[in-house]
Amino acid sequence: MKSKVLIIALSLYTGISVAQKIKGSDTVLPLSQKEAESYMKENKSAKITVTGGGSGVGLAALVDNTTDIAMSSRKIKMDEKMKLQDAGRAYKETIIAYDALSVIVNPANKVTQLTREQLEGIYTGKIKNWKEVGGDDLQIVVYSRESSSGTYEFFKEHVMNKKNYASSVLNMPATGAIVQSVSQTKGAIGYIGLAYMEKEVKALKVSYDKGKTYIAPSMATAKDRTYPIVRPLYYYYLTTVEKTVKPFIDYILSAEGQKTVETVGYVPLTK
Amino acid sequence: MKTFYKKFSEKFIEGLLMLSGTITSLTVVLIVFFLFKEGLGVFDKKPVEEGYVIALSKSNPLKTLSSEQIKNIYDQKITHWSEIGGKPDSIILFRAEDISNFYSDEEIGENFEGLSTCINRLVDSLPDIIAFFPKKYLAKDFKGHELTVDKVSLKEFFGGKEWFPTAQPSAQLGVLPLILGTLWVSLGAILLALPLGLAAAIFMSEIAKDNVRRIMKPLIELLAGIPSVVYGFFGLVIIVPLIQKTFNLPVGETGLAGSIILGIMALPTIITISEDAMRNTPRAMKEASLALGASKWQTIYKVVIPYSISGISAGAILGIGRAIGETMAVLMVTGNAAVIPHSILEPVRTIPATIAAELGEAPNGGLHYQALFALGCILFLITLFINLAVEFISNRKQHNKH
Repeated sequence: MKSKVLIIALSLYTGISVAQKIKGSDTVLPLSQKEAESYMKENKSAKITVTGGGSGVGLAALVDNTTDIAMSSRKIKMDEKMKLQDAGRAYKETIIAYDALSVIVNPANKVTQLTREQLEGIYTGKIKNWKEVGGDDLQIVVYSRESSSGTYEFFKEHVMNKKNYASSVLNMPATGAIVQSVSQTKGAIGYIGLAYMEKEVKALKVSYDKGKTYIAPSMATAKDRTYPIVRPLYYYYLTTVEKTVKPFIDYILSAEGQKTVETVGYVPLTK
Repeated sequence: MKTFYKKFSEKFIEGLLMLSGTITSLTVVLIVFFLFKEGLGVFDKKPVEEGYVIALSKSNPLKTLSSEQIKNIYDQKITHWSEIGGKPDSIILFRAEDISNFYSDEEIGENFEGLSTCINRLVDSLPDIIAFFPKKYLAKDFKGHELTVDKVSLKEFFGGKEWFPTAQPSAQLGVLPLILGTLWVSLGAILLALPLGLAAAIFMSEIAKDNVRRIMKPLIELLAGIPSVVYGFFGLVIIVPLIQKTFNLPVGETGLAGSIILGIMALPTIITISEDAMRNTPRAMKEASLALGASKWQTIYKVVIPYSISGISAGAILGIGRAIGETMAVLMVTGNAAVIPHSILEPVRTIPATIAAELGEAPNGGLHYQALFALGCILFLITLFINLAVEFISNRKQHNKH
């Protein structure tokens, strides 16, 4: 009887000692869950809990030390860095995968390609009609994600040259809602992760060299980095817990982990 | 002895009841206190992100810029200093990450040791520069001057027309479009739901046969049990395209779509509560009215409705409350563009939708976070005002009766 109790206590103890909490970006969430699942299948003693909430929530939890790993779809912000510094916590950053963004329009739209400058014009409100970029005489209805989304920030930084979105841009709470709206609005344009591509919408080719070459978004073009709108996905963790989290992160970075990245729909790191 | 126990248990129950009453009121007070404490903090903050400075060259005569001017400069809507009262030269934008366009990697250093010197030299050499960089790279002998940015003012907050809480270098916190959006959508919802709800309540309590009522009531109550996300999906897939086609609009995500969804959501509250109130009209009163020769409609209009007016207004308040505070369904169908709406057929952004969409990513305790709490305070005050107004009106009605 006593030994049984001891064994249970021991197993509980070891269970707790390798338990890890991962929190943050909803973009990285499905990937982390899949990775954690397959990792736990291989390492029976490991216990990983993954929760979402947003990149900001994860990084705030890192400051409060209520999570072991913060996942983020954007780089850590200056004031978050300073908060970590104030709390006397050193952190490390690892890129675990990439995510490609496709620019989508309604299939009835005859425009098939846009340059970065044209996209900037459309999202800052300078270009208001499709005929200005070679389409029909139709008002452009611009869809974006909410400002809380890491995708919003990334698009602003890499496509709009850090200019602000026009006030008239429609903000949708989820990627699914953007797909739905673009598929039912003739003049619509929006952006979504490559993994969310559906048949009801059409992806545009994008040019980052002023119209010399246009690249269509696909897993292949994202992998060889010819497609320009690709963003890194991050893991942040404190150096104090490096020992406990390292095996899991190494697993994600391994060939097997990177295969999972591709099945979930993100772009694996290429070496 | 027995009476002692009886007394004791009675006292005990009394105490328990009082305790729960106190706890409830205390919770309300605490929530309100917390809300306002966080929300009012926004007026003590600067719109420029903490830990960053905006600097100009020494020779630049401008000392201070408004948050809006800074945003327009960095969006390249203002391109010459003369547009904001400076020299006639064009503005040179600079952010810390642009430094590699000006200096080599060796000069900057691997861990940015040389960054502060580089920025210092750059600001000194370019008289038309505006530089935005982290405070820790501000050199001790900085040759430019730091731009003073005023704290977020009441006027800016309530009168501002732009809501860009995450804009860099300077956040725009104009809540006017959000307040107007909320009022537009709620007003539309009430205009749709109140007549329909009252009519349905009158029908159910006075006109419908018992077996009709027995089917209708649970059906309507079921409407209250549908999760708001489901309403949102319904709105996005059915109502939004419908509005787009009917009014021939470029976009279907409009205030009207939000109003319709909210109207439907407020219906069960309005119907159930006012129907209950109407059914509580004493039979004797109704029969007296009928006996005096009044028709059925006259009885409803002159006896039943005046008698149950407080219940009806309670239903209306709760309905409005639901409409104003509803988040998820509105978030999905109104388009959430923070522009001042000129008609109900334009996209709008409401306060609850803004809070729900943005709070998750707002850095804890920061400007954006506090601005969202301030929005919560505004929402609270709006509902409080409506509740007080309705209470005042129904009280006056009661006085008139006697």
